[in-house]
Amino acid sequence: MVDKSLELFDPGHRACGGCGPALAARLILKGAGRETIVVSSTGCMEVFSTPYPETAWRVPWIHSLFENASAVASGVEASLKKQGRSEKVVCICGDGATFDIGILCISGAFERGHDITYICYDNEAYMNTGIQRSAATPYDASTTTSPAGACSFGNKLPKKDMPGILAAHGAPYVATASIAYPADLMQKVERAVNTPGPCYLQVHTPCCTGWGFDGSKTIGLSKLAIETGLWVNFEMVDGEVTKAKKVVRKPVEDYLKMQKRFRHLFKPVLQKDEIAKIQAIADSNAEKYGIDIRV
Amino acid sequence: MRERLALSRPVGASSGKTGSWRTFRPVVDSEACNACGLCILYCPDAAISEDLEVDLDFCKGCGICANECPKKAIEMVREERD
Repeated sequence: MVDKSLELFDPGHRACGGCGPALAARLILKGAGRETIVVSSTGCMEVFSTPYPETAWRVPWIHSLFENASAVASGVEASLKKQGRSEKVVCICGDGATFDIGILCISGAFERGHDITYICYDNEAYMNTGIQRSAATPYDASTTTSPAGACSFGNKLPKKDMPGILAAHGAPYVATASIAYPADLMQKVERAVNTPGPCYLQVHTPCCTGWGFDGSKTIGLSKLAIETGLWVNFEMVDGEVTKAKKVVRKPVEDYLKMQKRFRHLFKPVLQKDEIAKIQAIADSNAEKYGIDIRV
Repeated sequence: MRERLALSRPVGASSGKTGSWRTFRPVVDSEACNACGLCILYCPDAAISEDLEVDLDFCKGCGICANECPKKAIEMVREERD
């Protein structure tokens, strides 16, 4: 049972006011509990929570490189197993470290079947280094390496289906969650850490600085991502989708127009064709996971 | 010579008192509050206690609590600086 009052992530870290990943860290640790060893790759969360020689984590925490958090976690897990200990090993890494740089080591760890939980906090770009595009950046988002301008509408590539890739590795439990639904997130973390074998959890964490919105809207925006169908909260057990959050869908404009990274779709002229393409992504998500509530 | 290790113990406020960043301060109207606890769960800085007291040493004034309060019992008030 998740202990909601358990605080293992201290205040006083230097995340921006209204930071999504900071809230994710808090909720993940509530779900995972005290008996946890966290492996964290380079990324925003590492930088804001552990300015040397201090830390905001009340659990053992080890920093790895961008690419090898899952390899370090594999080693930690193998050592604990040899010693007969029962601590849970949890990787908490950003989307750049997961989708782009670390996928080789993640694939290896999942193939070997280590008993680890890999949690990706997905803020949809390399926020720590200055908002560069990653494979998790959604279609048409403007970033510093995919800037919108006269010749471009921003990022031209779709978001990589990371949960699908890791489910195909034979992971027993793969899920997505959002900070807007804390109870669901904590429950999924708890289930993932208690499932033997490599499990994957992807958490949607809006970044007010990188996406360009007011910090007080973090939760509201997270909810909108789900209500528009651009983010789906689902659970996959042994490669089959068993549960997906159903919604009465709103048009994607509601979500897009709140963010500076999509501003070029509305000003100076409304780009109806581009918005229609993003709506099509939401529609295909809705069809794939069956999230529409038929009224 | 003192031994220096790259280890540290967690203490409250690992980056100092971040409350000094704040422009707006949350003020809870205890009449309207129904103690649902949503603000506690949604605070990225864990600055709201179980008794719904805001820890102004660490609150960055992001305004998530005021925005998400179902009873609209939290108001963001501009900080007065001397």
